[in-house]
Amino acid sequence: MDDTVILQLSQIHKSFGDVKVLDGIDLSVRKGEFITLLGPSGCGKTTTLRIIAGLERPDSGRVFIAGKDVTNEEPNRRNVNTVFQNYALFPHMTVEANIGYSLRLKRVDKETIKKTVSQALELVQLSGYEKRMPDELSGGQKQRVAIARAIVNQPAVLLLDEPLGALDLQLRRQMQVELKRLRARLGVTFVYITHDQEEALNMSDRIAVMRNGKFEQIGTPSDVYDRPKTSYVARFVGSANIVEGTVLESDGQRIAFRSQGAVCLVAARGARLSPGEAVRVAVRSEMVDLTPYASPELPYSGLDAAGGNPGDSQVGLQAVVKEKNFAGGVLQITVSLADGSELVASRHGIDSPLVPGDKVRVTWQPERAVLVDLEETP
Amino acid sequence: MRKKARFPGIYLGIILALMYVPILLVIIYSFNESRINSVWSGFSLRWYRDLFRDKDMLEALINSLVLATVSSLSAAVIGTLAAVGMPRVKLRGKSVVEYISTLPIMIPEIILGMVFLVYFSLIRLPFGMITLTVAHTSFCIPYIYMLVKARLVGIDKSYAEAAKDLGANEWNVFWDITLPLILPAIASGVLLSFAMSLDDVVISVFVTGVNTNTLPIRIYTQLKTGVTPKVNALSTLMFAATLLIIMLSTWFGRKTTLSVKRRNT
Repeated sequence: MDDTVILQLSQIHKSFGDVKVLDGIDLSVRKGEFITLLGPSGCGKTTTLRIIAGLERPDSGRVFIAGKDVTNEEPNRRNVNTVFQNYALFPHMTVEANIGYSLRLKRVDKETIKKTVSQALELVQLSGYEKRMPDELSGGQKQRVAIARAIVNQPAVLLLDEPLGALDLQLRRQMQVELKRLRARLGVTFVYITHDQEEALNMSDRIAVMRNGKFEQIGTPSDVYDRPKTSYVARFVGSANIVEGTVLESDGQRIAFRSQGAVCLVAARGARLSPGEAVRVAVRSEMVDLTPYASPELPYSGLDAAGGNPGDSQVGLQAVVKEKNFAGGVLQITVSLADGSELVASRHGIDSPLVPGDKVRVTWQPERAVLVDLEETP
Repeated sequence: MRKKARFPGIYLGIILALMYVPILLVIIYSFNESRINSVWSGFSLRWYRDLFRDKDMLEALINSLVLATVSSLSAAVIGTLAAVGMPRVKLRGKSVVEYISTLPIMIPEIILGMVFLVYFSLIRLPFGMITLTVAHTSFCIPYIYMLVKARLVGIDKSYAEAAKDLGANEWNVFWDITLPLILPAIASGVLLSFAMSLDDVVISVFVTGVNTNTLPIRIYTQLKTGVTPKVNALSTLMFAATLLIIMLSTWFGRKTTLSVKRRNT
């Protein structure tokens, strides 16, 4: 095993009763890395974390921490600490006693504990809160105490289970920045769980997208965002549009495919597909171009020509503008395609000259679209 | 509004007339100079003085206090261990065991008393303080068990997990996390048990020895020889003591529910 690998999971399987929660998880995390397990609730990410922490035993598979097999070790014998989703601060202990608990168990002398606790509190910007009870803290402060409690022991790996889930949006953004800074200062390996793709993209070195107890894709944020491997990843991370079609031809650089009576293009990126094969393509909403469809009375003419010549500008799906929504600083224009399915294009700015009912042509730069589900395309 | 308010008024009146007027009368007449209960002849502390000179009565009081203390504390240990340990036991007849453990609350006291009598004579345990303690401990356990069990259900299991994650073993988890969190329930249970033990007559009559008297038994037997207003004085003192215990018990209880509530919000 590589020296710099601090945490390794190999072929972890876990079922609760008849429900298969983890189905062969493999993961290796390098020292100092910030890795995020991203997925919807019920995908098995919390179970994975609990198995790393030792709070759950896998049915099969092994867990290695710093090269040592800890699969059958109790949680108190593992050099990992967890920041729990609901904080789990001991309600009958002061902030100081909470943070110092692990040191007290190690029989560290009182003076050292006091010093270490106050350093930890300083790190999470809560100096002077030693004597408060957890009941007297706000959600954000509880969160900071929970983090301080988990790092005070200097774990090899810090596990964070949706630590920002209970906080409001503004505080969440602020804590994201602080967690990143904290990680930079401590150099601790973070295994972070979230269902929030923005949080994952913002904070992680690598993201492992989970689905039904398996990793769908593991890669850097830009891997996952710009080059999703599957339509699931494309949809979950940044909610991309998925367009299905049949390959017409390929010139090695680009692939032309027919979808809903129109022709679309996608960069090949080394994929070798022959005419007739089914393809799925992911296009992010900000990459979608909408051009007014000048003569709506021309349903199919020119499309065959485009098929014969991938460079032709006459490609594009026909669509009708359905609605416009302004959200999060961008305007989202939903159009409905010939088969009734919907596609979203986003624009900066508050409005666009397009109005619902307008007929448009949907296009994109071929290199902005990504072929997905290559292995499992039916 | 007026119509609605009438029923609670009647209800309150009945309760007061049936329960609190008699108590009030006993308290008032404990300060009565006269020997006859129904005639007020002036304020006096005579019966209190008599009471404290009555050696038998005082001995019975001490017996009762010792008995209540020892049996409620023993029950606290056993009941708490049962409540904490039971969820970890993987036993086929677990639910039966749990049901049986709370049964003494439902069995009529007179039957429990009979059963204890038969059993103690069978195993030849000398009747006296020992048999009393064993019997009282037994019927106090269910109260502690049920209170602690209810409290345990309200405790988030992530506390124990967090403690283990921070390096605690099972023992540390119990002493540092579980015990402090269930302590209000235990305290509340001990006070309840103490009160139950202090005023028990029925079971005590069956299992006590010839030379051992508890306070309730002593009062009960006095009924036969004639009641002096001394009993009024004693009742007043016991009423005050019970009131104090109940107040303490609800105070602990409220602390418990409050902290549970706070956690849930």
